[in-house]
Amino acid sequence: MRRFLLRRLAATPLTLLAVSVLVFTATELIPGDVARTILGREASDATVARLRIQLGLDRPVATRYADWLEGFVTGRWGDSTLLRVPVRDLVLTRLGDSLLLGALAFVLLVPVALTLGLVAGVNHDHPVDRILSVSGLTLGAIPEFVTGVILLVVFAVKLRWFPASAQAPEGAALATRLGHLLLPALSLVLLCTGYVARHVRASTVAAVESPYARATELRGFTRGQMVRRHVLRNSTIPATSALGVQLQFLLGGLVAVELLFNYPGIGALLLQSATEKDLPTLQASAMVLGVLYMLIVLAADVAYRLLDPRIRLGAVAS
Amino acid sequence: MNAVTLPVRHATRPRFRVALGVGVVIVVFWAVVAVLWPHLAPYDPELQDPLHRFVPPGAGHLLGTDQFGRDTLSRMLAGARPVLQVAPPATALAVIAGTLVGLIAGTHGGLVDEIVMRVLDAVVVFPAIIAAVLLVALSGRSVTILVLVIAGSFVPIVARSVRAATLVEREKAYVEAARLRGEPSWSLMLREILPNVVTTVLVEATSRFGDAIFAAATLSFLGLGQPPGSPDWGASVSDNRLWLQLAPWTVLAPALAIASLVVGMALVADSLRGRWEAS
Repeated sequence: MRRFLLRRLAATPLTLLAVSVLVFTATELIPGDVARTILGREASDATVARLRIQLGLDRPVATRYADWLEGFVTGRWGDSTLLRVPVRDLVLTRLGDSLLLGALAFVLLVPVALTLGLVAGVNHDHPVDRILSVSGLTLGAIPEFVTGVILLVVFAVKLRWFPASAQAPEGAALATRLGHLLLPALSLVLLCTGYVARHVRASTVAAVESPYARATELRGFTRGQMVRRHVLRNSTIPATSALGVQLQFLLGGLVAVELLFNYPGIGALLLQSATEKDLPTLQASAMVLGVLYMLIVLAADVAYRLLDPRIRLGAVAS
Repeated sequence: MNAVTLPVRHATRPRFRVALGVGVVIVVFWAVVAVLWPHLAPYDPELQDPLHRFVPPGAGHLLGTDQFGRDTLSRMLAGARPVLQVAPPATALAVIAGTLVGLIAGTHGGLVDEIVMRVLDAVVVFPAIIAAVLLVALSGRSVTILVLVIAGSFVPIVARSVRAATLVEREKAYVEAARLRGEPSWSLMLREILPNVVTTVLVEATSRFGDAIFAAATLSFLGLGQPPGSPDWGASVSDNRLWLQLAPWTVLAPALAIASLVVGMALVADSLRGRWEAS
């Protein structure tokens, strides 16, 4: 376990480095002349040259990268060239909004996926299982913006049960905000449920067919008692790793879902700053998302190893 | 590999055959449409008709028209091409590169394996969507960049699977025999091990193809797909969502087209995975 943790923690800075190099390369090197981009086509060459020196664009790439990374680490994220506000407040506020949406999706995902997986696994090879498995597979294959659009047409346009925009009016109570977020969260849940449920189903089938579960049934316990006592724990723990994987999908899915539902989260901010070439905002939101993503992967890995005693033993043995 | 422990009935269960059949029919349908749409579409997908904007689905326009009076059905059929221009080359590239990396890491083992795996770990952890947004938005949209970005994000996934399969094969007697015969390592990899991990490669290829369609559709929805003007499904959903209340058919048609193609591919991939892993 300790060896695993050390190894994982050692890989973390490496990943962060890779993230920062990619962000730096994409935003500082690929777009070409940043000074020209900022000043526009009409600016004279002399003005552009002056700004290049002002921005330090004439220095070697390695120095610029080191300065840039130091600026990010110390919290000097600059001002948004598009919205004319400090990037740090902007990005962190948007991140908070995104986390609210992500948390709602996650809270909905866990019980739904566990229940469906358990039901499918306990009834394995019955029609119930087949229907659940095929629909989980099907829904998981469809991009979240497609399910989102279908949900919008059905529940917001035809039935008018939910608002079409995820953004609640300014200063609305938390309950109202969550109500607005239900459809976008649902499209994320539909994307992820199948995968998690599939893992839960597989471990449920293994647990139901195991000798100890058979023995419980032979001793005269009902199937319900058997499932509660022996299957539940053994089938849900392995699903932790699946949940970790899906958390990453949730985070990635935020970009499309926020765009579709006009929700001002960090995914929408990333996309907007990329298309509008708002580089400081783009760098900060990409870095923040990258760090968050990495922390989620790390946490899911560690949680999985902590929860499953067999993995722990395996690590000691090896 | 595990043929003894897995029940054979999985391979021939009717469910798999039905799912596979349905999936193949859907995928082949869209592939044919992608090639032949100019002969199938009732109208020119770009033809604007200001007098017939937002016409609901009916006799003249089976799936209605959009805000420019363009025929939704024709645009839906034409939209099969952009997706199928990006997904197959991206999948092919990812599978070839990933298989090579996986074979090299798995066959050599030791330091090479360690370095390759650590690099792959670092790349896998990076959210592909962020990389895609960064690269596509800043370096301009083109089919080539889309293909490279999608392929790049899949290489580590393919490489990991192929490496795992290679590690199993590497310990077998035939590899040992080839090694003792003095075969060079490229020959060990390509002539001895590769034919025996081909199932893994094919499973990866079908799964990644579905993922590539997903990714291509999502990027085009985000406005990062092919240059504006192409009747891309994702872009159509994005453009028409402003008129969702007024003309939901303009959004539903491309959305359902994407859904059918990815679901068809998922059915194919899942059935083949069940079949190949059981045999």
